[in-house]
Amino acid sequence: MDIKNALSIEEIIAKHAKEKGTLIPILQEIQETYGYISKEAIETISKNTDYAESDIYGVATFYSQFKLEEPGLHNIKICQGTACHVNGADTVKDVILEELKLGDYGTTSDKKFTVEHVACLGCCSLAPVMMIDGVVYGKLTPDKIRKILKSF
Amino acid sequence: MGKYKITVGMGSCGIAAGAKPVYEKLQKLIIEKNHPEVTLEETGCVGMCYKEPLVEIIDTETGEKTLYGGINPEKAEKIFAEHVESNEIIHDWVVKSTRNDGSEENLFDKQYRIVLSRTGIINPESIEDYLNTDGYKALQKVISSMSQTDVIGEIKKSGLRGRGGAGFPTGLKWEFANKAEGDKKYMVCNADEGDPGAFMDRSVLEGDPHSVIEGMIIGAYAIGADEGYIYCRAEYPLAIKRLNIAIKQAEEKGFLGDNILGSDFSFHLSIKQGAGAFVCGEETALIASIEGKRGMPRIRPPFPAQSGIWGKPTNINNVETLANIAWIIRNGSDKFASLGTEKSKGTKVFSLSGKVKRTGLIEVPMGITLREIIFDIAGGIKDDKKFKAVQVGGPSGGCIPESLLDTPVDYDSLSATGAIMGSGGMVVMDEDTCMVSVARYFLNFTQNESCGKCTFCRVGTKRMYETLDRITEGKGKIEDLNKLEELAYMTKESSLCGLGQTAPNPVLTTLKYFRNEYEAHIIDKTCPAKECKALIKYEIDPDKCKSCSICARNCPVNAISGEKGVPYVIDQSACIKCGNCFRVCPFGAVEVK
Repeated sequence: MDIKNALSIEEIIAKHAKEKGTLIPILQEIQETYGYISKEAIETISKNTDYAESDIYGVATFYSQFKLEEPGLHNIKICQGTACHVNGADTVKDVILEELKLGDYGTTSDKKFTVEHVACLGCCSLAPVMMIDGVVYGKLTPDKIRKILKSF
Repeated sequence: MGKYKITVGMGSCGIAAGAKPVYEKLQKLIIEKNHPEVTLEETGCVGMCYKEPLVEIIDTETGEKTLYGGINPEKAEKIFAEHVESNEIIHDWVVKSTRNDGSEENLFDKQYRIVLSRTGIINPESIEDYLNTDGYKALQKVISSMSQTDVIGEIKKSGLRGRGGAGFPTGLKWEFANKAEGDKKYMVCNADEGDPGAFMDRSVLEGDPHSVIEGMIIGAYAIGADEGYIYCRAEYPLAIKRLNIAIKQAEEKGFLGDNILGSDFSFHLSIKQGAGAFVCGEETALIASIEGKRGMPRIRPPFPAQSGIWGKPTNINNVETLANIAWIIRNGSDKFASLGTEKSKGTKVFSLSGKVKRTGLIEVPMGITLREIIFDIAGGIKDDKKFKAVQVGGPSGGCIPESLLDTPVDYDSLSATGAIMGSGGMVVMDEDTCMVSVARYFLNFTQNESCGKCTFCRVGTKRMYETLDRITEGKGKIEDLNKLEELAYMTKESSLCGLGQTAPNPVLTTLKYFRNEYEAHIIDKTCPAKECKALIKYEIDPDKCKSCSICARNCPVNAISGEKGVPYVIDQSACIKCGNCFRVCPFGAVEVK
């Protein structure tokens, strides 16, 4: 997303001002535009709405969708669904973390990848699966994962 | 040459399996080879996920339909050249056809499709397709000739129960909301399908969004609501896109908005995106989330029917429940009630996944047995391994063993086993699946998703998870089993909402039916399924090893050494038990012990 042409945080807030229960749509649009919810964003929302900063922080941390830190360039979601679990999702996680030299879920030091887990991507028939930048990759094997990661 | 219509299955699964390049290839061929008489359309999921990508060739003159499975761009090109241009069917790739010569014909023998009657057949982005298949006829009937009481009476008579999990009678729910006092009422569709292993609602929303919207409009009419929300999880971007298109189309045609079909009934519908919290599937948590708050459940009463969104009477139904409504109004409650069992009427959609040959979506009459679903419809276990258990109902459900496979699928019989009907996820497990690990998996999920309000759900699920984790590490004690049971019952009884009340079900059912596996982990320090890494080791059988070095080359930690002519050896202290060597060995020389 080209941030220069994107709506400012104030504009996003104003856009949703007329809706009821606006907080979640505001947070969703800020995250979609800027990739995460910064401390400054929380302060700006609080100044321009009736929500206290603590309320905003409370909502932002309650839902797994919201990120409070700047994510890496590419987003990897490892599916932890039941079908993926019985088809070896743990191995998928091990291989990805090992390849990217990460101890646990998180962002690589070069900010190239952020690795997360997701409860279920709903593509159970292709298990085990992962999603990179919105594209689902299925029937993963250690070799296939390494090849996919190298293509980025 | 006949006039052909080609459809490509473009649900999320189809796209993930590679439907997009197939679609683009066909699009290119139609232009390049100059066949403007051939139409190409997207469709939803027909349920055969294991055969995706799917391409159907429909002869619009004879009505003959041929469904091809496992198609890639090269195969699509061949189908175009032979079937579309030369009328030659490629029999080897046919999975289903109107001539009944496909390899998968019997997949549909025991199915009965109400909710899935259009998915995979119509173009979900075309309201014309919906209208041509009796769409919005039920709404017209309701508006022109039925009172609110008539509609509620008809749904009550049909015996329809909520498909989201708990099975509350839908007609009764509508009656409560209808009788509630209030100047403003809300109608909500719960599309926050969060159970891992469940994708029925996604497929319906992606494949036939108007059926859900029509059900909502009829429900809104019956309870007297003028505003509604579809609460859909953000992980389903395609479903949200198609719902938005469908809402706009329905507004343009006068099915949504002010004075629907010229009556004095008005109903406005919009979408609220969930933000990734499993607990929001619970009614009161969902309401809190729509109001922009943390999605935490509250004590009932008051029930949402009395006090829901912004304190107004609110009725919430699940996607599949709503997709049944128009069919019931059109075909009559008697016809619906003639399907199923005494207390569970109609059909149920299940998403089948795990270790079965045919994974995908099925719709069956209530009362069919688990055995029929797994062995007749799903074709049995992959690689002809031995069936061990079927997990029904997601994290709130339980694992049902082979001895109970003749259990009929209905709300009450499934509850009697310790599982629940749930939303319809069905994950099949074979001899290679460790049941302690499965229980640990679900408790990890629920302890993550517990909102933290109730102590037993917050701490109890965590302690159960830790205990299960210890057992899979080989550090369990036999008294852990009693403690697990005790904690499970306390969590069930002391939690406010369905999440905590059902979270222990995976533990209780595995303890009940697979206690021997728990004992093997604790007493013998072995994992019978050979899945728990701490309790297995990989060894190379020197008699079978041909020193080809494939295992050593595939070992990510260089734990395997050897040389030509001498059997290879795994250094146990360096091995991370990833299983690569086991999978790649062409001679079966690597053994799991």
